[in-house]
Amino acid sequence: MVPLPQADVDTDQIIPKQFLTRIERTGYGQFLFYDWATTEDGMPSSDFFTNDPDRRGARVLVAGRNFGCGSSREHAVWAIQDWGFDAVIAPSFGDIFRNNSINVGLLTIELPEEIVTQLQDIASNPSAEVTIDLERQIVQAGELAVEFEFDGDAKRRLLEGLDPIGMTLQEDAAITAYEAGRADWLG
Amino acid sequence: MSGRTLFEKIWDDHVVTGNDPALLYVDLHLVHEVTSPQAFAGLDLAGRSVRRPDLTLATVDHAIPTTSRSLGIRDPQSKKQVDTLRQNTEKHGITFFGLDDPRQGIVHVVGPENGYTQPGKVIVCGDSHTSTHGAFGALAFGIGTSEVEHVLATQTLWQKRPKTMAVEFDGSLPTGVTSKDLILGMIAQLGVGGGQGHVIEYRGEAIRGLTMEERMTICNMSIEGGARAGMIAPDQTTFEYVDGRPKAPKGSDWDAAVEYWKSLVSDDDAVFDTTHHIDAAALEPHVSWGINPGQTAPISSSVPNPDAFADPVERDSVARALKYMALKPGTPFTEIAIDHVFLGSCTNGRIEDLRRAAEVVDGHKVADGVNAVVVPGSMQVKAQAEAEGLDAIFTAAGFSWREAGCSSCLAMNDDVIPSGERCASTSNRNFEGRQGRGARTHLLSPAMAAAAAVAGHLVDVREWS
Repeated sequence: MVPLPQADVDTDQIIPKQFLTRIERTGYGQFLFYDWATTEDGMPSSDFFTNDPDRRGARVLVAGRNFGCGSSREHAVWAIQDWGFDAVIAPSFGDIFRNNSINVGLLTIELPEEIVTQLQDIASNPSAEVTIDLERQIVQAGELAVEFEFDGDAKRRLLEGLDPIGMTLQEDAAITAYEAGRADWLG
Repeated sequence: MSGRTLFEKIWDDHVVTGNDPALLYVDLHLVHEVTSPQAFAGLDLAGRSVRRPDLTLATVDHAIPTTSRSLGIRDPQSKKQVDTLRQNTEKHGITFFGLDDPRQGIVHVVGPENGYTQPGKVIVCGDSHTSTHGAFGALAFGIGTSEVEHVLATQTLWQKRPKTMAVEFDGSLPTGVTSKDLILGMIAQLGVGGGQGHVIEYRGEAIRGLTMEERMTICNMSIEGGARAGMIAPDQTTFEYVDGRPKAPKGSDWDAAVEYWKSLVSDDDAVFDTTHHIDAAALEPHVSWGINPGQTAPISSSVPNPDAFADPVERDSVARALKYMALKPGTPFTEIAIDHVFLGSCTNGRIEDLRRAAEVVDGHKVADGVNAVVVPGSMQVKAQAEAEGLDAIFTAAGFSWREAGCSSCLAMNDDVIPSGERCASTSNRNFEGRQGRGARTHLLSPAMAAAAAVAGHLVDVREWS
């Protein structure tokens, strides 16, 4: 677990713009929170978690409210995953960020702010462990065990690893029927 | 049964199947170079094709240079990204407004000015400022690259039904207060997360009095208040704007379209999940002082003190902002000196924005030491401005006059604000590092930005002569 308590962390911070000209989908982990993780001359900042050997291998980020607000760049989710995180826990998320996360299998868990604060306290110890049981929708860390809400449809997609485009293509007849009824001026 | 909101009417008209989530049909998919390459690659990998290239429009805007087009793209990675989009559009038969096309520009400027954007449409794009198109009474929202791929392949998207929010702007806007101030003022009041999970409908007397371009500025920044989309019911102003544009319906189609569009208003007995009232008549010109668009205040006030905030998270956030922005509590905003002025972006890069700024600049000079730049939102905006002589006003004052693109709004190209320098910007985001690592952004209206360029510091444009 890694605590990142500040509110309103935007996707520009998660993955700065200079890394968005790449046409690949992989390899963004090394640029995660780049401006916070490096000094202006490109050296690692000693006090940021991505440079802390004790935090390497962490799989859960415990963030502040409105995490992932701002730009729609899915690169932010790719960077978080590529660095090694499987889940982000926060009091709330930017809407587009949350959709992007579900689409690529990064778990976003909303919990009340006071619970998130407790988790951040626990996470201040790099060796503290957290367990997320998506099936039962329970987060457990130390003495703390809390249930979380999760969209049933998204849960099924995450657990079963479904191909959303493939599933939608099975609705081809419905899409074609809808198209037949569209007004002429819509093209 | 109660009536339906504008949002609900458009939603209902686009459900292909399902309820919540519903499979929504997409009428217009806008594509740009930065968030699409991985989506096209995904299609290729799965051996899929683009279902409706005729409902898809691509252009380049985010990472392209704003220097002379004849110089080409110097950065090899950006060049490759732009080339990739050109190849993808050729392969799939998608209309592409490339770098050499007179219709090229910021995707959210290009869509409306060519008549692609129309009332009642569902419009998506891999860009959060897609909310701009809601100004026409369309349901328009930003999506991620996985969703871009989904729309390319199926022309649809699975969507959870968002909540509805009405923001009523009571009274009319005072002189010197613009639609940018209206939206900044709203975000300052509701916060950057205030619209989360909602689609906002902007309503009230102050909204009805706005031009289409002013309405676009408001809907554009819906995402900065956390809302997925923002909308304004179409009216005569909307129809007049759309009429005659290249992709607008013609002849009997036009009549049928207008008849339908007139039904796109929230019914009197429609119920919104949330309603806010904002006194438009009491609004002042606004300027941002922090590192998110909610950290904004009236120009006549001063830099806030973190200690004045009761919520500890908010207090930390304000302290962090002041440190990044190098501002002292209590400093009047009008005493803040600036190094750069950026006039442009999908928020304020349209012809009316340039006219307003030119009015302020006319006959003046940019202050010593200030680097001021105008980046028209599209090549058509640029051509129009040049036909009106606005470029001459700007260049005579010492502004640099550029080619169209997103430019310093997100500084993916060379238009980077250096670390520690301060920029008065008509764009939409003042996030840390947004305009360049260590750069300090103050969001404001075009008239305010123009006045700041001449004065060399932030100015209350109501006192400008």
